[in-house]
Amino acid sequence: MIGLRVRRPITPRPVPPGSAAVEIRGLQVERGARTVLDGVDLTVRTGEVLALVGPNGAGKSTLLAAVGGDVAFTGGISVDGAPLATWGHTELAMRRAILLQRQTMSFPFTVAQVVRMGRAPWAGTPLEDDDDAAVAEAMRETDVSEFADRPHPRLSGGEQARVALARVLAQRTGTLLLDEPTAALDLHHQEMVFDVVRERASAGAAVVTVVHDLGLAAAHADRVAVLAEGRLVACGPPGDVLTAEMLSAVYRHDIEVLPHPRTGRPLILPRRAAPG
Amino acid sequence: MTRGAVLLGGLGVALAVLCLVAASVGQVNVPPDQVIGSILHRVGLDVGPRPTALRGDDALWVVRFPRVALAVVTGAALGCSGTVMQGVFGNPLAEPAVIGVSWGAAVGAATVIVFGLTVLGDWTIVAAAFGCGLGTTLLVYTVSRFAGRTEVVTLLLTGIAVNAVASALLGLLMFAAGNDALRAITAWNLGSLAGANWGAVATVTPLAAAGCAVAFGCARRLDLLSLGERTARHLGVDVERLRFTAIVVIALLTSSAVAFAGVIAFVGLVVPHLIRMVVGPGHRTLIPASALGGAVVLVAADLVARTAIAYQELPLGVLTALIGGPFFFWLLRRARSGSGGWA
Repeated sequence: MIGLRVRRPITPRPVPPGSAAVEIRGLQVERGARTVLDGVDLTVRTGEVLALVGPNGAGKSTLLAAVGGDVAFTGGISVDGAPLATWGHTELAMRRAILLQRQTMSFPFTVAQVVRMGRAPWAGTPLEDDDDAAVAEAMRETDVSEFADRPHPRLSGGEQARVALARVLAQRTGTLLLDEPTAALDLHHQEMVFDVVRERASAGAAVVTVVHDLGLAAAHADRVAVLAEGRLVACGPPGDVLTAEMLSAVYRHDIEVLPHPRTGRPLILPRRAAPG
Repeated sequence: MTRGAVLLGGLGVALAVLCLVAASVGQVNVPPDQVIGSILHRVGLDVGPRPTALRGDDALWVVRFPRVALAVVTGAALGCSGTVMQGVFGNPLAEPAVIGVSWGAAVGAATVIVFGLTVLGDWTIVAAAFGCGLGTTLLVYTVSRFAGRTEVVTLLLTGIAVNAVASALLGLLMFAAGNDALRAITAWNLGSLAGANWGAVATVTPLAAAGCAVAFGCARRLDLLSLGERTARHLGVDVERLRFTAIVVIALLTSSAVAFAGVIAFVGLVVPHLIRMVVGPGHRTLIPASALGGAVVLVAADLVARTAIAYQELPLGVLTALIGGPFFFWLLRRARSGSGGWA
């Protein structure tokens, strides 16, 4: 708590695509007497978009919280090749950015100021010179440039969500952990978010995103990981994982899966009775 | 950023002018040019007129300068501690007197007076105020936080409880006090700079300066903290350490303000709020501007307090509360409509 950190933060070096950005081994998280995550093994690689799906309370947000260093856990989590505990706060912030489900803001900072906060980890490093470019790019990608000077509390929920995403993108980290980045967004902006995320992945980032819309996961993710009751029940390409049997069992609801007539990607729908 | 620089410059000039006016006006009037002359002669420059009034030089150096200096230091400490408190609580309604920290510190100081403690010499009173102020800050902080945030209702209710306990303790101390101590404690309750002397200035100035400097060093991290604790941590802030530093700074600033001037409410609430309206909430400008603004407000308020009625002195704390209280009302209503109810 007191005392100066002697070591200078180690800035990340570029890594080849396909190397492990986040490695989770035997992850277990307890909250009170309840086991929220139990024996989760998952490796996220650079260059891929991994969608994390599952019913409410399955432990998706807790998984991100554990990787973010917010909750105590047992098991192993490595970021950029080293265990979580070996990194300093700033070093972690240079490696992974996290978008939380809910945004809070105590004071009326403007949108541009909020996005610029994403650059905080790079203060005092040579990459500080990229601040203006990173902020401008992130605001353009999330379509928030036009209200750059508006105070954050006066935005709508969807606009605040995009500003938060812009802040996360401006951080320019090798790993992005996004908790429901599309939840508050309209259809156009949902697709826009996944376009941006895909672009970051092809540029070498590793992306983990929690989504409730299985259609989005099926359409945009390289791999889908399904969590249910704290366990990882399946992980693989959308076409292999998102099957009617699997999803019906996990969501306890009769679900049908059809191939998209043009792309062949799975379309996921609850089975509804024909009208009339 | 230029807007911030203009504000800081303006406040600096305003403070200098106000100090000059405050030093020249009083029972013995010394024109401003003579005030400047007196200072220049003291530092060895034989320039400008000396005070012509009877015992004018004494009035300046024994009574008025220490009083103005103490007003500057106390005001800066109050403005700065209010800002840091609002930043770390993530709540624009937090203020040392409102949530009880000032009263906690006053209990510590009053204890020293009543029992005539002199363990640490001149510093005893400040040390006691600091100890009790720190304890109160920690108490309020732990009690009013839930799930990583401070809710308005909980914060204000905690303030009521802390104030109730502190005023009961002050009452007990007054009950136990002799006549001299009783008068001193009463002056506390109302807040006053009448007892200012160079010893007091020399005691609190280094503390207040250190507090303001550390607060300024935390400015960038306090900005990030307004995104919430988790997000601040994800951006590289060591939140635990920041919180600990901020609480010590708040206690240090509040107790150095309270130790000799007593409880002067609402300065730490009104000043940062007005400054946020001008330059926005960024702490790198807000913290120095609030310190300067607090000093300006307190020098002006003290000037009014001791000159509004001839040969009488209004209690300073009463004056600031008269203006600050209604402002607090307005802020409460605004905070409520802003969040669509109490959150």
